[in-house]
Amino acid sequence: MSDHVLIVGEVVEGRLHPTVRQLVNAAGRVADASEMTLCLAVDGSFDDSCLEGVSVGEVILLEHSDAISDGVGGVYSLLTALACDAMERLSPSVVLVAKTDAGAVVSARIAARFGAGLASDCIDLALNAEGRVAVTRPVHGGNALAVYEFTGNGLQVVSVRQGAFEEANNVGEMPEVERVDVSGIGVEAGVPVLVETVVEESEGIPLEQADVVVSGGRGLGGPEPFENLRELCGLLNAALGASRAACDAGWIDHSHQVGLTGKSISPTTYITVGISGASQHMAGCSSARNIVAIDKDREANIFSHARYGVVGDWAKVLPAFTAAVAELD
Amino acid sequence: MLKIAVCAKQVPDTDIPPSQFKVDEDGLQVVPPVGVPPIVNGFDMNAVEAALRLRDAGVECEIVIFSVGTAFALDVMKKPLAIGADRLVLVDDETSESLDALGTARVLAAAIEQDGGADLVLAGRQASDWDQAHVPIMLSELMSAPLVTLVRNLTISAGSDSFEVERVAEGGFQRIECPMPAVMTVTNELGEARYANLRGIMAATRKRPETMTIADLGIGDVANDGKLAMTRLFVPMSDSNVEFVEGEDEADSGRLLALKLREAKLI
Repeated sequence: MSDHVLIVGEVVEGRLHPTVRQLVNAAGRVADASEMTLCLAVDGSFDDSCLEGVSVGEVILLEHSDAISDGVGGVYSLLTALACDAMERLSPSVVLVAKTDAGAVVSARIAARFGAGLASDCIDLALNAEGRVAVTRPVHGGNALAVYEFTGNGLQVVSVRQGAFEEANNVGEMPEVERVDVSGIGVEAGVPVLVETVVEESEGIPLEQADVVVSGGRGLGGPEPFENLRELCGLLNAALGASRAACDAGWIDHSHQVGLTGKSISPTTYITVGISGASQHMAGCSSARNIVAIDKDREANIFSHARYGVVGDWAKVLPAFTAAVAELD
Repeated sequence: MLKIAVCAKQVPDTDIPPSQFKVDEDGLQVVPPVGVPPIVNGFDMNAVEAALRLRDAGVECEIVIFSVGTAFALDVMKKPLAIGADRLVLVDDETSESLDALGTARVLAAAIEQDGGADLVLAGRQASDWDQAHVPIMLSELMSAPLVTLVRNLTISAGSDSFEVERVAEGGFQRIECPMPAVMTVTNELGEARYANLRGIMAATRKRPETMTIADLGIGDVANDGKLAMTRLFVPMSDSNVEFVEGEDEADSGRLLALKLREAKLI
């Protein structure tokens, strides 16, 4: 059996993606316990001084003339090809990938190609008594957690949920770097062609960066109440969010969707109005430090996550709340 | 005529409140609440809608639903037929419970192949039970077909032999041209599936699914090919310590909440 844990890292806009450092910490759970060597394979098109504090045994910088993170069609062909190349070089027993848009696809593609086991969107990992990887992952929209253990002797591919691990930063440590020219690697024929990338102006403060977020859900009953929420957002310097139900109903654009398949937010204060708190929604706000909920149903799940709550009709509670906020100095 | 295969999975209803979500920890199984029927995975219904919109736009096509599972609720699985899909192929097999994603993808690939192949395979971006999002990606690998994930709009220009696709990307979307045949995953941004009308429901009632087992597909023993074993399934404890703010009436509660949040320096 090989003695390598391979991290397939991403570079986005010339920078090491934050998940790379998170994966280093995640990989430590497995590599430290088994004395396996931790190796990072990543697109070499960035300034490698930013590898400081990335405490891995070895870094392979894969140099290619094309943009490796190119995700045309969400296929990530080149990233997949390069990951496969690094895997052939090292024959690792564990491959770790972040569950980004790219990582989700790359991990499934390499697992299919190598006939490997795949555990995705994991929030914790460890080694079991047999020296195989055991992972914990949310299932059923976060309603439950499941522990899976790899069986047999085959390759183990794991994708790790973004933000589940802190970023490793061992100041002063510089990993050993090997540069490998992989320009000979091409992508398979017949891949989709990118015609254009359209950036959509998002309204107001970006959800991911906001310190206060105000979200509305199905309980609002229509698009008009979002105007009330916009007013409140203006007063609180908050970003506007929504549940998937409100977005799917067409009350507000999907760019506002918070949840498992929407945006993940981590504000200090998260105010929800008319959101029952389905697990799929809570998966997107599990990093919010204080949840404040207004909903008519005292038994709603949102209140089992909230610090403060008001049970009542939003149409009566919200105007008074907004007026009182406006009067605060 | 374009042949569209839509992969659809029967899953527990996601609309049940989390308090009613129960698992059998010893049996490593989810216990569906009594009297709540399963649903077709919501994202898979978005995929059915994507296929129907191609037809609405004048693309001549046959839309065939493929599902792998067991204990199918037929009236549930016929929902895609009720809104316009043409046929339903069920791989109904007790051993499907032990299939991993690659195994499921192998079964789907074989079932689609046995049905004469497809020019387009659509599936939801992920299934709401195990939330893995592996099967369509692996299917594209097995079929050596191009893949587009997170599709929010799908069209074919007249006389063209490629798809014009919009896919959700960070901060906006990508416009993509994709050759046939292809595998695509559809996201809820595409729009909800249409409602069935009475005529559609009646027509679906009369249609019979084409059923088969995994053995009928002649791909050997895929069910025991698992490389992962679930060893624990549990509902995490939530530490509920909510403070309900209650005033004289609802408006007063709202006012008091604002004061409370300011006092706690949360706004």
